[in-house]
This record gives sequence, C-alpha cells and structure tokens, in this order.
Amino acid sequence: MSILVYIEHAEGKVKKTSLEAVSFANALAAQTGEGEVVAVALGTVDQAELASVGKAGAAKVLHGADARLDAGVIQAHASAVAQAFQKVGAKTLVLAKSSLGDAVAARLAIKLQAGLVSNVVELPNTSGGYTVKRSIYTGKAFAETAVTTENKILAIKKNAIDLRTDGADASVENFDVQLSDADFAGKITATERATGEILLPEADIVVSGGRGMKGPENWGMIEDLAKVLGAATGCSKPVSDIGWRPHHEHVGQTGVKVAPSLYVAVGISGAIQHLAGVNSSKCIVVINKDPEAPFFKAADYGIVGDAFEVVPKLTEALKAEL
Amino acid sequence: MKILVCITHVPDTTSKIQFAANNTKLDTTGVQFIIGPYDDYALARAVELRDQTGGKLTVLNVGEAETEPTLRKALAIGADDAIRVNAFPKDSFFVAIQIAHYAKEGQYDLILMGRESIDFNGGMVHGMVGELLGMPSFSPVMKLDLEGSTVKMAREIEGGKEMIEAQLPLIAGCQEPIAEWKIPNMRGIMSARTKPLNVVEPVSQETQAEATSYQLPPAKGAVKLIDKDQVGELVKLLKNEAKVL
Repeated sequence: MSILVYIEHAEGKVKKTSLEAVSFANALAAQTGEGEVVAVALGTVDQAELASVGKAGAAKVLHGADARLDAGVIQAHASAVAQAFQKVGAKTLVLAKSSLGDAVAARLAIKLQAGLVSNVVELPNTSGGYTVKRSIYTGKAFAETAVTTENKILAIKKNAIDLRTDGADASVENFDVQLSDADFAGKITATERATGEILLPEADIVVSGGRGMKGPENWGMIEDLAKVLGAATGCSKPVSDIGWRPHHEHVGQTGVKVAPSLYVAVGISGAIQHLAGVNSSKCIVVINKDPEAPFFKAADYGIVGDAFEVVPKLTEALKAEL
Repeated sequence: MKILVCITHVPDTTSKIQFAANNTKLDTTGVQFIIGPYDDYALARAVELRDQTGGKLTVLNVGEAETEPTLRKALAIGADDAIRVNAFPKDSFFVAIQIAHYAKEGQYDLILMGRESIDFNGGMVHGMVGELLGMPSFSPVMKLDLEGSTVKMAREIEGGKEMIEAQLPLIAGCQEPIAEWKIPNMRGIMSARTKPLNVVEPVSQETQAEATSYQLPPAKGAVKLIDKDQVGELVKLLKNEAKVL
C-alpha cells in the first residue's frame, strides 16, 4: 500500500506546490502507516528533476513520459493518475490545489469513488473516523470535513505545510499509460505563457498596487520594488477592471488567491474581497496615505504615507540590505 | 441548442462570516445571498450564446426553498426556465450527482457553471459532472465561442492561458472575462415572475466529504506602524522579526 502524489511541472521544473504535496503525503504516511509515498509525473520531465522529488519524501516516481501529456489535458491526466493509483494499490491521492489539479481531481473523485477534500490546511485527524481541516469562504473560515469513503483525495492549499528537503533521491520508474482518443477530447491549439516573470499564484513574495497608484504609468515603481524582492506583481480588482493591469494580476476573492510569505500592498484600501484573496499570507505590509484604510487592520506592518515617496525609499533600503 | 447553467446561492462577497448552532452551520443573520460571482459569468455568456444560436437556456440550483429568489434573478437575467433540486447541498459529490441526473434527462449540448463556488471554493462539481456523464470538462474557462458544433475556448493556466478546441457536448467551469455580468432590467424582472421554476426532488445519495463543523481563523494582532521616514526599520523587521526576507 502507498500514498500516491500527483506532480505538476512547468518548463521542466517540478512545482514547489507539488513538493509541498509530497511533504504532506510523507507526513501522512508516517501518521497512518500507509506505506511509502509514490509520485506520478506526466509528460516530458528530466529524470534528475524527478529523482529530486525524493528530497520532499517520495520513495519512487512513476513517469508517464507520453509527450501527449505535456499539456494539461484534463481527462488524459485523470485517466493516467487513476491507472497509477490502481498500480500502486493506493487508498489516498494527494495533490496541490491548482487550476489543473482541481479539474483533474474532480474527475478522479468519480473514477476512484473517492471523497475529495480541497484546500486542505492540516494533516487529517484519523483518531476515530477521518476528518480533514479545509479553508473555506476564501480563507475567511475553516471547515472540519468528514470523509466517509475508503479511497480519499486531498488537495493541499499552498504554503499550508512545511516543505521537507532532507530526503534521498527517489527512484524513477517508467510508467506505461494506456490512453484512448476519448481522453483527448479537447485539443490544445496554442499556449501563451508570460515569460521572464515570477508567476503570481506560485510567488513567495507579492507586491500589489491599487487605485492609489493613480495610473498605469506609475507601475514602474511597483515593478522596481518587486524586482529587488524577487516578487510577483499583483493588483486590486478596480485596477484590472479599469484596464491599468491585466486580469491575471487581479488578486482577490474572484481573482487570484495568493498565499505568499510576504504580501506588500501599495495604495490598496483593503476591501473585504481583496483581503479574502490575501489572508493566507504569512506577513502583510501595507503602505497607504490614509491611516483609516481598513487594510491596516489586517496588516502585520504598516507605513502611513504617500506611496510615491515611500516606495522608492523602500526599494533603495532593500537594495542596500539584500 | 440546449444550454444548462448551474448556479450556486452564496453569501455576498462583502459578508462577514460567522457560525451558529455550536459552529455547525452558517449564521445567516444579516447575510445577503447572491448568484455565485463565477456562475454569474457563466450565465451571462450562456444568455449571449442562446441569443446567438436560438434554443433554450435552463438554470439549475441544488437548494432549499430560500434559493428561489436567486433562481428568479437568473430568470430575470435571461434564462428561459429554472430547476430547483429540492435539497440542501451537502457536499460537492451530492450536488454533482443531482446535476448529472437532471442534465442526463435534459440532454443538454452545453453545461456551464462557475469555476468554483465562493463559499466552499472546491472547484470540483464541473469535473465530477463531466465524469458522471462521460463528457469532457474544462476549467477555468475565460473565453468560449461556438462555431457550429466546435467550441473554441481559452483556459487559464498558472501564468498564462491555453487555447482549446473541442466538440459539443461539453462542460465548462467559467470565470471572467468570459462575459460582462448582466444586470436584470425591468422587463426581465417582470417576465421572470411568469417563467417556469420547476421544483424536483433529489436523487437519493450519501455524501462523501461533508463539513461537520466550522471555525474562524485566530484574531489578527495589531499592526506595527513604522514612520514613513524610517523605511530602513521596516526592512530590519521583515528580515529579523518576521523572517520573510
């Protein structure tokens, strides 16, 4: 018996969120005695990169190298993972919550007749039943969720579990996936990826600007601060609605939800919908000239002042220190 | 062309979340309920597609009687008729089973819903319904156009998007900017009163992963304010106290 972990990768690198999922599975296996952790990766990935998944606690990686699986074809990935689940005799599948992960896990819940819990923030409580704590209402609350099925799927919220890095390299085994034409019902005709940028959903530090930035021409200041921090840039909903910034930078309840170590909000008042998208951040810094801005109540550190004065000074201070 | 849009009935995005009955249910005192924002995008696009192709647009919600104003709003926005599956939506699996049952009966060409509900944020129902009906499912879909029976979509991926072509029938979990939200006009509101809202009984089904109790996050400590002329102090605190640099 094993715990299976579905691994996502981008441009040849295994995603940090997937390594968190492996770390979660490793801790879960130690708790429940469900045997070793086996990861499954689909599409073209370097063998050494896959072996390094062992550092997070996987004993073995099954690699379905079929190039048709490079793109995120939801049904094909669901079929392949279901086959891996049967192959290793798993009862539990762990994966990172993501746009692809959610879509794949949902289909797997039916294929495997498995209770699926998403946004998991802690290891399950297995003393008398099986309950899992999950984040709900976009981080405004938690729910204890009772899973009643023998097979279980847990989708782990980003940054909810400490990353394990001290394991040994995993063995990588070729995994022959059987796929039908029906698994490729959707044909991916093109992919557009932002290049040279740190991706917002994955970023460990995020710098966001709001209407207080007064116009898109002032975003260079946000980008300079982000660059020195190695951060992704985001924005509030009004900013993306006006068209100052692209939609994929909109952070909030109906935009991208982020959970970085550090979130810096510049000129954002802190509407409840924006807070819901950032309230899983470990540390929040707010810069706003309005001392009554509601965001200060959610912040760890704050500076009351004009962004146009404070941000360049902060960028310089960081350059000197980092 | 038969389109089904599945909507959720959720607290408004500005709602302060609190729990009642010994933390076993949402305290709905003073909470205004709305169509899930992502479902609103799905509905808006479905109205446009129905107007473009003709046919019929049905809206469905799994919920008890208090969700009927939400369904009436969807009718006012442009749905032709509504189905309310008369049951409390206990978990995603239970909801997916109900939708799949009625969708199978209705033989829909296109099933749209939001990428996720904004209460439980699972983002699971579209995929579950797809698997139950043996139909392809795509999410999160930010663009969806029809060319005959070919559906051309853009799906958001981390840091970009994929362009996808597929054939009807299919299911899509939608998000912005697939369409502009539609606001009901007076004519829509008046006509919604007379459009059919059919109440059907649920299919018997056990739950698989049901929430049993709720908690609020611990209260946040007070903000530490730093003088605007002392930004170096903030850098030191982030490095040495918060340890995030």
